[in-house]
Amino acid sequence: MSWTREEMAARAAQDIPDGSYVNLGIGIPELIAQFVPEGREFIYHTENGLLGMGPPPAEEDRDLDLMNAGKKYVTALPGAAYFHHADSFSMIRGGHIDVCVLGTMQVAANGDIANWSTGAPDAIPAVGGAMDLVQGVKNIFVVTQHTTKTGDPKLVEECTYPLTGAGVVSRIFTNLAVVDVTDKGFQVVELAPGITFEEVQEKTGAPILPTA
Amino acid sequence: MINKEYKSVTEAVADIPDGATVMVGGFGASGSPIELLHALIDHGAKDLTVINNNTGNGEVGLAALIGNGQVSKMICSFPRSSQSKVFPEMYRAGKVALDIVPQGTLAERIRAAGAGVPAFYTPTTVNTILAEGKEHREFNGRTYVMEPWLKADYALIKCEVADPLGNLLFNKTARNFSPLMCMAAKTTIVQTKKLVGRGDINPEHVVTPGIFVNRIVEVTDPVHEDVLIAQGRAYP
Repeated sequence: MSWTREEMAARAAQDIPDGSYVNLGIGIPELIAQFVPEGREFIYHTENGLLGMGPPPAEEDRDLDLMNAGKKYVTALPGAAYFHHADSFSMIRGGHIDVCVLGTMQVAANGDIANWSTGAPDAIPAVGGAMDLVQGVKNIFVVTQHTTKTGDPKLVEECTYPLTGAGVVSRIFTNLAVVDVTDKGFQVVELAPGITFEEVQEKTGAPILPTA
Repeated sequence: MINKEYKSVTEAVADIPDGATVMVGGFGASGSPIELLHALIDHGAKDLTVINNNTGNGEVGLAALIGNGQVSKMICSFPRSSQSKVFPEMYRAGKVALDIVPQGTLAERIRAAGAGVPAFYTPTTVNTILAEGKEHREFNGRTYVMEPWLKADYALIKCEVADPLGNLLFNKTARNFSPLMCMAAKTTIVQTKKLVGRGDINPEHVVTPGIFVNRIVEVTDPVHEDVLIAQGRAYP
């Protein structure tokens, strides 16, 4: 049984230490906020100027001036702080954010990540804060399906899409396994229940080492 | 006596010439100075270079300015979103140029301009196509890319509270790029929801000091981009 999106998020949450300042990307990473392990507190940062971001409000409680970086309405928890963009990206680039969890199109065995552009000639490029996050945050986690909808590996030897950053990813959480980026390439940390190492190897586009 | 108050948004934007570089505050809908943008559409200045994180939504505000053919170039980090239709059409038709800048680099380039720092080095974009052709330099064993300051002729800003000297307070995440843009433009034009008297803002609470602000217009009940889009509105 492979992990569901929720189980992937819950598994990633287990590896975030208590007291971490965390930035969550759009998609599965956002679900992590629902699975904070008992006894831990994470403080969420959103690039558009808020530390201490809380869950989405009920529709009638929406504040039109309170959004997250994905332009969705959110809340501010007691103890929150607002700040301008230069301060926000000083927190990122200056190494003050502990963990960033991102989705991706591709991640390579050397930790390269490609998650901002397919490089297609008709695509309108849009980078947002992704390149700042991967360079500045102490730990870059990736949460992603192990393969694309058409079955192509997303964990690859070398990214074919334009890079967001080189050698920046430390750990990957997929529906099949938890995988580390090591000096020797990908290495399985943990397999999803009922998933074999051989299946993970077969669906990975680069050599992968078994659990140490 | 210094008093930066203007009586109307029309008067506040009246001298913006063709070819000007204009910073527009806001991140998506939050903090977007819709009334000033609509006044700029009425005013009609063309061939503008506009700096904003995005490219507007629906057919109001910044999207309407682009749709009206007044913008020849956008400098932004994220030009598409679920409700941005105008910019993608104009871009694909070759009617507006695009300069993509990572969000943190965009913020810092604007801040640097306001702070009198002509360039800085950042790790952002190293080993990516966005670093091609830029000066690289190593500091303490790590490679960085040089980025220049980003200045503007005008900034259009929305705030929550202002006094006649231009001291500003913002509301929640509507602050975003606005304090930086106030510093980086030659002429900063601010629409405020509430204009209070001199001394009514606690000096300890001032977010943008008035030295960075040139013009203040009170717009007591500003419209919000998301609300206009939900109502299916278009401007003009």
